[in-house]
Amino acid sequence: MLSVHLILFLAFGAVAVAGAVNLLVQRHPINSALSLIAVMAALAGEYLLLGAEFLAAVQVIVYAGAIMVLFVFVIMLLNAGVEEQTKGSRVAILFGIPGMLLGSLLTAWVLLRHSGTESVPAGALPGSPTEIGWLLFHDYLLPFEITSILILIAIMGAVVLASKHTSPGGGPAQKVKD
Amino acid sequence: MSQFLVERGSLPLGLYILSSVIKSVIVLFVLLTSVAYTVWLERKVVGRMQNRWGPTRVGPFGLLQPAADGIKFLFKEDLLPPHVDKPLFIAAPMIAVIFALTSISVIPFGNPVTIAGYTIPLQITTDVNTGLLLILGVTSIGVYGVALAGWSSNNKYSLLGGLRASAQMVSYEISLGLSMVGVLIMAGSLSLQDIVHAQQGVFWRFIPHWNIFSGQIFGFFCYLMAAYAETNRIPFDLPEAETELVAGYHTEYSAMKFAMFFMAEYANMITVACLATLMFLGGWDGPMFGPPILQAILPVVWFVVKVFCFLFLYIWVRGTLPRFRYDQLMAFGWKFLLPLALVNLIATAIAVAW
Repeated sequence: MLSVHLILFLAFGAVAVAGAVNLLVQRHPINSALSLIAVMAALAGEYLLLGAEFLAAVQVIVYAGAIMVLFVFVIMLLNAGVEEQTKGSRVAILFGIPGMLLGSLLTAWVLLRHSGTESVPAGALPGSPTEIGWLLFHDYLLPFEITSILILIAIMGAVVLASKHTSPGGGPAQKVKD
Repeated sequence: MSQFLVERGSLPLGLYILSSVIKSVIVLFVLLTSVAYTVWLERKVVGRMQNRWGPTRVGPFGLLQPAADGIKFLFKEDLLPPHVDKPLFIAAPMIAVIFALTSISVIPFGNPVTIAGYTIPLQITTDVNTGLLLILGVTSIGVYGVALAGWSSNNKYSLLGGLRASAQMVSYEISLGLSMVGVLIMAGSLSLQDIVHAQQGVFWRFIPHWNIFSGQIFGFFCYLMAAYAETNRIPFDLPEAETELVAGYHTEYSAMKFAMFFMAEYANMITVACLATLMFLGGWDGPMFGPPILQAILPVVWFVVKVFCFLFLYIWVRGTLPRFRYDQLMAFGWKFLLPLALVNLIATAIAVAW
């Protein structure tokens, strides 16, 4: 008998796969970006099914709500047009499709061999904010802080790269007069 | 399985679904009616502030004006400009209104009530542990309605409005989230029920123990400013600044599609007001007196009164303040509000840890 859980899992999975395929097929960047949002929302649904509520909410807030807004923002700002498609290279067809099949077969084999056929039982993951907070700020405090410093450095690097046209004094770039 | 899906309290599945449907219908009806009458209230109050009458013709005190507006929106011609991106142009108002109406579903309106031995929470979903995060997620998705409307209209003014809206919402979302973390630290929970319960009691016998009185005044200020910016209201209504952008992102929209943006904006205002009430103003906490039947109704009454005060403040500000300039908006958000929210967060954390 199909449980509600399985039906929901299949539904979210179908949305995620359909969104991913649509992401590749669509020719306008904004449609691709929107498909990616659908994929992320469907993934959040899958997390929810596993009992990882906090992860699901953060997935929606951070990926769908912030990062993809920036993607859409940039596409809108650049007013990117419809992409031009080539007929595809022969190498990609000759090696890509068998390679993809081989890769998925290998992954499936390794997964089945080493983790058994049982899936993760529903709600098995530590999903509550308290547990996540304990893991992040107690058990894995050092990696967490190092990651934040890494991100801070990346932000500073981006600021430096973006502002390279200003004069050394910090003021706006002086206009070149011929 | 996750709390969202199976935790239904003491109810059997059939009754759970039935109660959820009934609650959804009631909440949606009340929400949409309040949206209509918030518009009426705004026109009336702003009218009086500007020394004119506001709507007076339709019904006593213009009370039937929302109905007249609704009929007008329904029967106006629904124009579809020729060069728009059709699917997104049609989807954008739907996205805006769907997510604006969804976020109300985790708002609790009172303590759970017990009917015939079953405990029923006064909110559409059960008291989910991450209710607040759900609201933040849903509102952050709502940005797409405005952004896509601006882009798909194929109109420079609309595009500028959409870009402004998405930049503004992304910027102020950080302050909005951070301003609420102080409250979360004090309550020690993400559940909205627990946050309200943490605010019960009084200081010195008369000052209620609401978060706004117990140290979160700066948090409330940050929340207030960020919430105004998130809902695109004056003084942060740059996405639809009519002196610069005609009407911003909804320039090309007419009839019911325009009405959907309008409904989304006011529904968002009401959600934000509900959230402010829950987080800072003690939720449904208030003086209790009278016979048991009155005591059962009073919490919801207090909740509605507080939400109304917050909405009135919205209108008051609209009638009072001018609009920010765009650079002022960004400087205010990043250089003033964000540091203030951070300082408030750190101060709260230290005070609680003490």
